[in-house]
Amino acid sequence: MLENHQEYLKTSPYSLNKEEKRRQFTKYMNELTKYHFEHCAEYSLMLKSLNFSADKSYGLEELPFLPVGLFKEFEMISVPKEKIVKTMASSGTSGQPVSKVLLDSATARAQSRCLYYIVNSFIGNKRCPMLIIDTELVKKDPRLFSARGAGIIGFSMFGRDVFFALDQDMNLRVEELKRWIDSHKGNKIVMFGYTYIVWQFFRRVLNELKIFLDIKDGELFHIGGWKKLQVKNVDAKKFRHALKEVCGNIHVRDYYGMVEQLGSVFVECEHGHKHCSIFSDIITRRAKDFSPCDFGERGIIELMSVLPSAYPGHIILTEDEGIILGEDDCPCGRKGKYFEILGRLKSAEVRGCSDTYGQ
Amino acid sequence: MILMGNDIEYLVGGEVEKFSPLVPYSDLVCDFLSDLSSEIFKDERCKAFPDIISVAFFARQGNIRRLKKSFLDDKFRLGKGLAFHITPSNIPVQFIFSYFFGLLAGNANVVRVPSKNFPQINLLCDITNKILSRSAYRELYNMTAFVRYDRASDWTKFFSAKCQVRLIWGGDATIESIRKIPIPPRSTELVFADRYSLALFDEAALENLNERDIVKVAQNFYNDTYLADQNACSSPQLILWRKSATAKGRKIFWEAVEKLAGERYDFPPIKATGKYTDFCKNAIKFPKTGTLTKNNNVLYRADISELFEGLEDLRGKFGLFYEHDVDSLEELKDFVNEKYQTLTYFGFSPLELAEIVVNNRWRGIDRIIPVGKALDVGVIWDGYDLIGQMSRIVYHE
Repeated sequence: MLENHQEYLKTSPYSLNKEEKRRQFTKYMNELTKYHFEHCAEYSLMLKSLNFSADKSYGLEELPFLPVGLFKEFEMISVPKEKIVKTMASSGTSGQPVSKVLLDSATARAQSRCLYYIVNSFIGNKRCPMLIIDTELVKKDPRLFSARGAGIIGFSMFGRDVFFALDQDMNLRVEELKRWIDSHKGNKIVMFGYTYIVWQFFRRVLNELKIFLDIKDGELFHIGGWKKLQVKNVDAKKFRHALKEVCGNIHVRDYYGMVEQLGSVFVECEHGHKHCSIFSDIITRRAKDFSPCDFGERGIIELMSVLPSAYPGHIILTEDEGIILGEDDCPCGRKGKYFEILGRLKSAEVRGCSDTYGQ
Repeated sequence: MILMGNDIEYLVGGEVEKFSPLVPYSDLVCDFLSDLSSEIFKDERCKAFPDIISVAFFARQGNIRRLKKSFLDDKFRLGKGLAFHITPSNIPVQFIFSYFFGLLAGNANVVRVPSKNFPQINLLCDITNKILSRSAYRELYNMTAFVRYDRASDWTKFFSAKCQVRLIWGGDATIESIRKIPIPPRSTELVFADRYSLALFDEAALENLNERDIVKVAQNFYNDTYLADQNACSSPQLILWRKSATAKGRKIFWEAVEKLAGERYDFPPIKATGKYTDFCKNAIKFPKTGTLTKNNNVLYRADISELFEGLEDLRGKFGLFYEHDVDSLEELKDFVNEKYQTLTYFGFSPLELAEIVVNNRWRGIDRIIPVGKALDVGVIWDGYDLIGQMSRIVYHE
């Protein structure tokens, strides 16, 4: 499937205007939908129940979306089983079912290539020294081979002289870190980590030890939920400010992505907006009828990606809420839709009799 | 108050120590319920809670007299002793009904109430305390304890060891976990497991109604389903239709339901995605479910092309219904099993339906009630005569 998209995948990630993007993207989404409909049994049953017709050409907003919860229940693939080279699992809280996504080598390759294009557009083509704010153990311990481990492995490929800031017990390797930073004076440093880990095991410790890393030119990419930080009253602004305080002159970029669509991530620009690249798109939908929201209106987030070819994850309905702020007109100059994430949908008090002895 | 370890909080009453069981429907208990009912009707704070009002309606003198009349025979009975109730935490008033049944049977009662702070619980406890503090009800006070404690604590074990009847208001997983905790050899247990319920509607009967009565039927159906997120055991999942020549009946019915639910149902985004996810999962697991019919997200429905074994696992929440045409209820004969609980009907004679169940000797369906009554609890529930089950027979001719 991906063979047909090779040229498109080489396009600069934020270069297409909305007409061009829509034209191309609609075509790919239709192709992918049809492809998975024909190759994935579960997806096919779902689409039939939604009155999907393989002969019809759909507008972007009309294409059926797969609810993200299905990845917790079914192992859906659109390629022969023997082609699956790895299984990605979301990092769920213990006891909760996790999303399982099965990849073939073509999808896995395309994912890292796209991530590379996206990240490079922010840091330039030169390979930079890379600081991973996590433990190297996530790479080695199969129990941690979740989205967290995969994200780190995927990201660390862009850098050189990769340094893991935490030891296996999640302690900051203070002295080694200082030496490593000294040895790269004058170079741009790229940093990567999970939002909460960056805050709790990196920023907090540096702050307590009153250490200033004095990085002259750096880019910090961080990913992951804000829930644990909200409890501590830390928002994006406070986070950014606090990290600059301990690191020096760095850009702090939150980025959004799902294990179901690795690679085609949404990175935050200098103006704090998350951007769709040409590999991905976003629609927000109203709860009452799933009609698309207007720009500026809060809605349930649907995400699209050209990458998933081994499994039907190209159009998913998430359980997150967000607001699309505009398209092609962000002051940062990047083309594509840009948006803001508002977090998980609020859970509801479900009535009725069920197993609730626990509460 | 957060309960830790082995803390226990008594919301009503105290430790139940010395007591003697009462006869079922004793005057003392009937008077108490009647006073409680009047107090609820009088209390301004209760007006905002239809479920509390339903408690008052159940407990009022006329209703209890009627129940008493249909229960009493020439047997001599007494309550079994101490009843220990584990009530569901997401139906705010269930605990008090369970308490009423225990009292009416003649028992002392320890009732574990939900730890969630529903305002209904505080109100009901407040009023119960007030009535129980009257000197006339001193004896009932000594037979009553509404408790809250942490599930991980030893209290379930403690009360289980003392009780003569244990009631577990469901779910299968809760029953499984509590069954590991022993009760004394002669004690019995009433459990309310996960069940499956359905509705049977006659299209022609709907077509004969005027607009106002259609709305009434839709309102009744709404109360059976949306009111508890379609998540109660007795809320119908499957709607069976006896088809009319025009097939107009279901159209006007669903239009009325959709309109009503659109106006009244609290429908946050998480319910929209939850319902959609359930529908898609079901489409994959049960290939015989048909395509989705919907105008918006409030009402989803889908036809089942043919009935199949394991139908009871096909479930929806938040207004997701499956439909199937039948000529008679009898067409269910190969599928009904002990999971089937409530049959809600419109346009049928209940006797005729009960006959079908009994004559075919089905293992399931133990409630046949008109549309609108699915969530009403009563002394006969889930196939049990609760008062009979919680009392013992001392003498009979």
